Amino acid sequence: MNSLVPPFDLQQFFLGPWNGDVAGSNFWIVLMGFLVTTACGLVGNYLILRRMALVGDAISHSVLPGIAIAFLISQNRGTLSMFLGALAAGIVTTVIIEVIHKKTRVKQDAAIGIAFTSLFAIGVILISIYTSQVDLDQECVLYGEIAFVPIEPPVKFGGVVLGPLPVVRMGIVAALTILLIWVFYKELLVSSFDPGLALSLGINATLVHYALMSWLSVVVVSAFESVGAILVIAMLILPGATASLLSDRLPVIMGMTVVHAALSSILGVHLATWLNCSSAGAMVVMASVLFTLAWIFSPHDGLIRRFVFRRFLRHEAPAVAEIS
Amino acid sequence: MSSFDEINGPPSVIHPLPTGGPPPLEIHDMTVAYHKKPVLWGIDLVVPQGKLVGIVGPNGAGKSTLIKAVMGILPLSSGWVKIFGASFKSNLHRVGYVPQRESVDWDFPVNVMDVVLMGRYGHLGLMKRPSKRDRDIARECLDKVKMLPYANRQISNLSGGQQQRVFLARALAQESDLYFMDEPFAGVDAATESAIIALLHELKARGKTILVVHHDLPTARNYFDMLLLLNMRVVAFGPTDEVFNYELLQKTYGGRLTILSEVAEAVRQKGA
Repeated sequence: MNSLVPPFDLQQFFLGPWNGDVAGSNFWIVLMGFLVTTACGLVGNYLILRRMALVGDAISHSVLPGIAIAFLISQNRGTLSMFLGALAAGIVTTVIIEVIHKKTRVKQDAAIGIAFTSLFAIGVILISIYTSQVDLDQECVLYGEIAFVPIEPPVKFGGVVLGPLPVVRMGIVAALTILLIWVFYKELLVSSFDPGLALSLGINATLVHYALMSWLSVVVVSAFESVGAILVIAMLILPGATASLLSDRLPVIMGMTVVHAALSSILGVHLATWLNCSSAGAMVVMASVLFTLAWIFSPHDGLIRRFVFRRFLRHEAPAVAEIS
Repeated sequence: MSSFDEINGPPSVIHPLPTGGPPPLEIHDMTVAYHKKPVLWGIDLVVPQGKLVGIVGPNGAGKSTLIKAVMGILPLSSGWVKIFGASFKSNLHRVGYVPQRESVDWDFPVNVMDVVLMGRYGHLGLMKRPSKRDRDIARECLDKVKMLPYANRQISNLSGGQQQRVFLARALAQESDLYFMDEPFAGVDAATESAIIALLHELKARGKTILVVHHDLPTARNYFDMLLLLNMRVVAFGPTDEVFNYELLQKTYGGRLTILSEVAEAVRQKGA
């Protein structure tokens, strides 16, 4: 019988990814997924808190022309030129959004829509014109190919093989993300919660905004190759959104973001092995499954808690009325 | 500028300069514009130390704008501002700020203690976390506004009045000499209102200077030592007894009848 979905085999689902020769490459895929989701999720937390989730969407798209232009200028796909291109694109996008929003009557959400689609389109044109010179695959740019990560050239440091280049690069970016949040925790917190107070304390909220956007560009460009421009948005929003359903303390939310990153990348690889599908896609699906579970079971504001609470209220109501 | 002086007739009532030390706040010829439309015109103001000053005026008079411009949150089109005789930037720690309650997201994942500790950030260097002393100060400030039992409460679970008291505790934790408060009385319960009044008087007794944006005229007369009547320009600035009269209030509020009848009532009460 030809079924749409391969039959579910418990043993295959749990052990499949770690059997024999695929185990090695699956390890790198899980690690890459974890690092991408951790870095994106932690930065994404601040996007959610600042109600700027759409800006993350915008920057993840407008990084494309940045990379294309950097590639045309430097003629190589080196890490540095890619980072610089993405950084420039991120800052330009942020400036364009601000300028459209402040100097015209167009509201911010519309300004975001204008800025990123225009820049993304420029990127598409650049890649299709210089397709012979640019070694960038549009498909890969949009959807990413995490499956290729394990076969990328390995990085050696002092004679020790650390791992494939994208994983090492992502590891450094994720570590720096945690370091930056730790160093600037106060500044990020107060400028996200109350920009007016931040300014009165001498914290330049505009500078914090641009710094956050610049770092977002760096994170997005390093995540790009593995998950692509579209799925990276999910990685920016889903971990933080899930964590924020489960706690209302920022440090706890940060920790849960990392737990969510680990779970969604491991479960993603298991799902991908079972369905024989794209690993990045499977990771995002698992990330959203985790979000749904948090929504249903959250002890704070979950569907079950709400349901129980309402039942409780209904039973209690007459008693309250009798007392008064 | 001269044409404006002519239009507006007699000069504003100006309170005499305080003696000794630079004034907490000195504004000279300050003009502020939004999208090239001026919101404040040629503001001249010298606020003496240790006074409780109410800023009143109709909607759109530029009350909040005045505070934001003084604190450098909005750029000045012209003029200058001095805080204790120096620029705002060099006297940051001497200025405390209470923004409008609605200006922040109360679903933010922090608790009451976290918010009050933000008031200490100005005293902490880069990478420094609040110390035990900072926490003690924050607890003391919470106690003053009777919010200590709520220290570990998530801020979304507070009533409007409680939120306002948390903001006041945070301003206290800043340990400043000059305070700007944007409508602290807006939409609060009676208990919070009297708590705020008591707090303002305590601050004043310690020689602090407080400027409060206030929208309710009848109470303004009782709350403040001095009033700044504002409507794009300084209509009048002086001791409450001197400037709270029908003529100046009418000049401030123009032809808004509902408010004017309130004013008439308030002035009549004053006479009685």
